[in-house]
Amino acid sequence: MFKIVAKEKLTPVIDCLKVEAPALSRKARAGQFVIIRVDEVGERIPLTLADWDAKEGTITLVAMQVGTSTKKLGALKAGDNLQNLVGPLGLPSDIEKFGTVICVGGGVGIAPIYPIARALREAGNKVISIIGARNKDLLFWEDRMKKVSDELIVTTDDGSYARKGLVTEPLKEKLDAGKIDRVIAIGPAVMMKFCSLTTKPYNVPTIVSLNSIMVDGTGMCGCCRISVGGVTKFACVDGPDFDGHQVDWNIAFDRQKVYLKEEKDSLDKWESCQCGKS
Amino acid sequence: MEDKPKSKINLNRVDMPRQDPLVRAHNYNEVALGYSDDMARQESTRCIQCPKRPCVAGCPVNVDIPEFIKAVRDNNMPEAVKILKSKNALPAICGRVCPQETQCEQVCSLGKKGAPIAIGRLERYVADWDLGHKESASPTQVPPPTGKKVAIIGSGPAGLTCAADLAKLGHKVTMFEALHTAGGVLMYGIPEFRLPKKVVQAEVDYVKSLGVDVQLDSVMGKLATVDELLSTGYAAVFLGTGAGLPMFMDIPGENLNGVYSANEYLTRVNLMKAYLFPEYDTPIKIGKRVAVIGGGNVAMDSARCALRLGADKVYIVYRRSRAEMPARHEEAENAEEEGIIFKLLTNPKQIIGDDKGWVKGMECYEMELGEPDASGRRRPITKQGSEFIMDVDVVVVALGTTPNPLIPATTKGLEITKRGTVVADEQSGKTVKDRVWAGGDVVTGAATVISAMGAGKRAAASIHAFLTDQK
Repeated sequence: MFKIVAKEKLTPVIDCLKVEAPALSRKARAGQFVIIRVDEVGERIPLTLADWDAKEGTITLVAMQVGTSTKKLGALKAGDNLQNLVGPLGLPSDIEKFGTVICVGGGVGIAPIYPIARALREAGNKVISIIGARNKDLLFWEDRMKKVSDELIVTTDDGSYARKGLVTEPLKEKLDAGKIDRVIAIGPAVMMKFCSLTTKPYNVPTIVSLNSIMVDGTGMCGCCRISVGGVTKFACVDGPDFDGHQVDWNIAFDRQKVYLKEEKDSLDKWESCQCGKS
Repeated sequence: MEDKPKSKINLNRVDMPRQDPLVRAHNYNEVALGYSDDMARQESTRCIQCPKRPCVAGCPVNVDIPEFIKAVRDNNMPEAVKILKSKNALPAICGRVCPQETQCEQVCSLGKKGAPIAIGRLERYVADWDLGHKESASPTQVPPPTGKKVAIIGSGPAGLTCAADLAKLGHKVTMFEALHTAGGVLMYGIPEFRLPKKVVQAEVDYVKSLGVDVQLDSVMGKLATVDELLSTGYAAVFLGTGAGLPMFMDIPGENLNGVYSANEYLTRVNLMKAYLFPEYDTPIKIGKRVAVIGGGNVAMDSARCALRLGADKVYIVYRRSRAEMPARHEEAENAEEEGIIFKLLTNPKQIIGDDKGWVKGMECYEMELGEPDASGRRRPITKQGSEFIMDVDVVVVALGTTPNPLIPATTKGLEITKRGTVVADEQSGKTVKDRVWAGGDVVTGAATVISAMGAGKRAAASIHAFLTDQK
């Protein structure tokens, strides 16, 4: 059991949890993920690390409530426990001095881009961050991102806050404006695809962090397989970071939809149980 | 009881009752029901207690088989348990999943004239008796602590056996498991109907009762490296990480939705209990027509799970003939009885998808057998122009597994083969790296539960000798 020491709602549907995990917090590196199981009947779901504190012995997870597991997670309070927590899994992001890098975080992807931006800045890069959300209510961590970026651009799809539009627009402007050495994009698959398409003509190395469906997270099941440059890779052990220009996005999109029906059935059942309780 | 049976030896073994095939094809209860007291007694009297004891040599952990059978015959069950458990820490598991027909039973003296003694069934009977009489059992005596710490990575059959043996010698054992449940393949791989999880749990609890500390949710190589373990107080490390990496065929369509590795399919069903969805949160695609590719026990397990999940038609697709099938005869027979359709001499060419990325069929070749190949089995040859399409919507690839590279990749000084296995001495399990032993599938590639246990046992003896010398 892993104790939740603090919990806050970043937006009405995005939760931030600080969890006690001393050994894990000492090993965590930017870009890695953990697998959690909320309760005894729960699914194993991957969440990319949003932060960690080795001194305090905690890790920070950010999750958007989209299905049964993330809703269950959102219902937990400080003092409650996660049934299981395992990690750090996957390969850490490549962190070195590249020059000028752009970190793009879309929606809940702002959380995992944060420690990567921080690490890249610490490694001596000039970090330009672009974070975006559908609207003002879904935006979070602007302050945190500002602290680890030389320049921060904020967008909302509907213009309810900051610049109106998609993250790809300022991304393209920055690519036009000067030499960019690397782009890291984390967010919904469709956003990562379009960021990759945006950078392709400029030939700027573009890294995406794939949030595939997983079971064990250690290379055992192959559920998270993905085609990169025509070769099958496992997101859990070969990633989660991949070259965005090489990812076969059609397969990535399809494979995320495997359990759409079951996910809905499961959520309906859970929500009807919750109504009975309250 | 008299020492020798009066009548002539019955050349037929006592059958073990099994659930009716048509009933069991729709439930997850154990297929084989085990001997009753009378059946066990009757079968035990068939053992002629021959002086040559070939069965003992045929057993990878050298259980004193004639002795425990004699104790059953004499109705001295505590004694039977003691004899069995002195060599085998996991008898309830071995009694169910060991391939006795190619080990102890194959060399049984009775086998020359008739059916060999049903050693596996008797072993299961004794182990189950023990599990049902825990309150009367005296706890295993553990000697005073030696003060030596050993880390065991992986809690499958090799790790459990090694841990039990070392704990019984007074060493302080910590066993690390990556998943949220201990037991390795016994938990995630072998289905409930063949090996009930409460049986595995009972065996894991027994190992814990010896003082072994089980650390779940601990992926070694990530959370700590082998070298870190060795430098933080562990005198020795045993690698029992198994062969958990699934192999695919590298044919078109393998990334379509509805294609599973057997590992994923079985893990969802067994470990995550997808068969109880939505009571449990983990889903699985049930499919109407399921093709399982492969001819081993894992293929049989996958096919029989598919049937129990509710598929209308389930096929085993295997490129050689029935004679070359690596599955235990008993398991293939169970599968067939339950209604699994065997498509033999059939090899997939590609998996065909619909416009939404879902499996809608599988194109296969017909095969024929040529001359024996390196494995001694007749080589399957593709019949040109024989392509045909199987109408399936779920495909499970059960073509074997290779060791997980996590430990090799993060441990300096190990010798790794091209197949990804860790090189270790066959007798002692010692690797070329100082203070590191390995055994089970991570050394041999995918093999049996009992051979992994044998390796765990031999490694424990070697580690004990090393720790004793070290003083």
